[in-house]
Amino acid sequence: MTSASRLSAAVAGTSGVEPPSVGGAVVFALRRDLRVALRSRAELGVELLFYVIVVSLFPLAASPSRAVLSTLGPGVLWTSALLASLLALPRLFAADFADGTLEQMALARGPLAAYASGKMLAHWLTTGLPVAVLAPLLGAQYALDGVALALLAASLLIGTPILSLLGAIGAALTLGTRGGGSLLALLVLPLYAPVLIFGAGAVDAARAGLSAAPQLSLLAAGLLLAVVAVPFAVAAAVRIALD
Amino acid sequence: MPAAAALEARSLAATRGDATLFRDLAFGVGAGEALTVRGPNGCGKTTLLRILAGLTEPAAGEVRWHGERMHVGDPRLRAAIAFNGHLAGLKDELTVEENLAAWTALDGDGADAGARSRALAGAGLARRAGLPARALSQGQRRRIGLARLALSRRRLWLLDEPLTALDTEATTLLADLLRRHLDAGGTVVAASHLPLPLPPEHGAELDLAALREPARSHASAA
Amino acid sequence: MIVNWFRYASPVSFYPLAGRLARGFGALAAVFAAIGLWIGLVAAPTDATQGDAYRIIFIHVPTAWMAMIVYVAMAFWSAVALGLNARLSAMMAQALAPTGALMAALALWSGAFWGRPTWGTYWAWDARMTSTLILLFLYLGVIALRQAIDEPRRADRACAVLALVGVVNVPIIYFSVRWWNTLHQGSSISLTAAPKMAMIMLAGLLVMTAAAWCYCIAASLTRVRAIIVERERGSGWVASLIGIGTSP
Repeated sequence: MTSASRLSAAVAGTSGVEPPSVGGAVVFALRRDLRVALRSRAELGVELLFYVIVVSLFPLAASPSRAVLSTLGPGVLWTSALLASLLALPRLFAADFADGTLEQMALARGPLAAYASGKMLAHWLTTGLPVAVLAPLLGAQYALDGVALALLAASLLIGTPILSLLGAIGAALTLGTRGGGSLLALLVLPLYAPVLIFGAGAVDAARAGLSAAPQLSLLAAGLLLAVVAVPFAVAAAVRIALD
Repeated sequence: MPAAAALEARSLAATRGDATLFRDLAFGVGAGEALTVRGPNGCGKTTLLRILAGLTEPAAGEVRWHGERMHVGDPRLRAAIAFNGHLAGLKDELTVEENLAAWTALDGDGADAGARSRALAGAGLARRAGLPARALSQGQRRRIGLARLALSRRRLWLLDEPLTALDTEATTLLADLLRRHLDAGGTVVAASHLPLPLPPEHGAELDLAALREPARSHASAA
Repeated sequence: MIVNWFRYASPVSFYPLAGRLARGFGALAAVFAAIGLWIGLVAAPTDATQGDAYRIIFIHVPTAWMAMIVYVAMAFWSAVALGLNARLSAMMAQALAPTGALMAALALWSGAFWGRPTWGTYWAWDARMTSTLILLFLYLGVIALRQAIDEPRRADRACAVLALVGVVNVPIIYFSVRWWNTLHQGSSISLTAAPKMAMIMLAGLLVMTAAAWCYCIAASLTRVRAIIVERERGSGWVASLIGIGTSP
């Protein structure tokens, strides 16, 4: 049978049994998720659009006066980023859970925490990063000056990865449960509070003419801690969900 | 039971909600042997496979691979098994070739592009290698799983209903893959309500339905 | 003696022990509460600046402390449940969550009633109240996750992970809220600033805290008994306890 001989030839072609390294696992998951995200363009950019709409709606509820807006601005821009991040979280693991690729990752030789990190990085690149880049443009609507806008971008750049990381824990814990997005929000939003406080606080400090260094360094420390610790919690939560 | 079974289950028990699926389940499968788990829907075949794969925690008992006790997520077990489960494990947006590449990357068995295209050709998917997986029929998607098995160097194959949606040609391919794997000393545990295309001397059967509570029948596990 | 303790790690043997302990602690709680309330409402003098309204701290401070302590206890049992794969520890964590949520809610409610006569507002966004509010949300999250997962063992492990993630975050949250509060509040009186307390007031606080602690133990032990019976209902000892036949 020609198929059989081709099969045996295929088996003979495999070589080497090196287990994938941590970095290799991260890159693998990152590349695959980015490739999938770019091909399903319908979902890409939805959170960004949501962010723009929400940020633009707030002045309608308050007042267009510059004084009010500049006071509200940091809080609104940061809270809306929080909500946009929440909106994107269910996507992180749900599709892989449904089509079986998540359990294949859990069974792979590489560490699950590394694959999860790659996924979370891809998630941030497609949701948090665009928001952080776009926010200064929207911040101009809120009568924020150049320094405040720069700090807005910086605080979002450091803060939104933390949101993706913490949110991933919630996304993994709520895989396949009833309650969906609302349950995820209830679990994750209290954990977001410190990020919101320091992130918006950094921009507020700029408005008041103070240095935002303490806030930014605390955010950066939080990011380091989250990058190191969260993937293991996420891996544990994924294994629990696959049980 | 052979003296040095490669895969061993001791006093395994599993529950689903309040119901006990099975209790005190014990068996051993040696190198070069296959075990078919039979039984109607809902009797715990998939749960047993997931316990053997280290995905699901059993309610009681242990799984041993080459004498070593394996816990959930044990890396030694993960390095030894190829699990073709109920879910396809394919991303719809990626092409057939990309899906197989992802699979082999996860398996870490070092299959290069040439080996992958040969495997796809052997599985009859050469012309469809560039299509997204969503464009394939169910049977063709299962063939990607066959190509993955062809490239896998894993010793233990855990297959959940491997005959689903396979046509005659694909069934013959599966039979060939199984025979080569067993001849090379590999182990197979498959859940299937249909008999597997295996030569009879390799195959043992385990009927979960006969073990259900309350155990009234005298049917015994082979 | 050490060997004896592990015997109680199984639900069967723990059940009667929990019943005896619950009754004992419940009685203690009643005694402490009676003494503490008498001190707080009768014996303690009227405060110079706050009048009689301050007496609510005899409810507010103990419940606020217990809300924190119960969360730490819940996280402890969650860690044991994950580490040792112990069913009873997970049930204990499950039993603690509603009690802790109640303590947090009582602390918030009593704090609001302290705030009204003191600063003229029910809610002043001070650090401890805001942290207690977020703590209440964390409790509700654990309870909601438990409800959302059908499979009990999976729910045990998921809630354990959530409780541990929460306990790591609680100090971070408290620190960040306090920082935020000192930045914005300026000079207003904070609930954390203890008034110069007469010894009798301090004694009253300690007695009420003991009362709250005993209540929490009694309530959680009673709840864990109910959880044990519910989750072990398929086994023989529960069936004979309730007087029903074993289900097939």
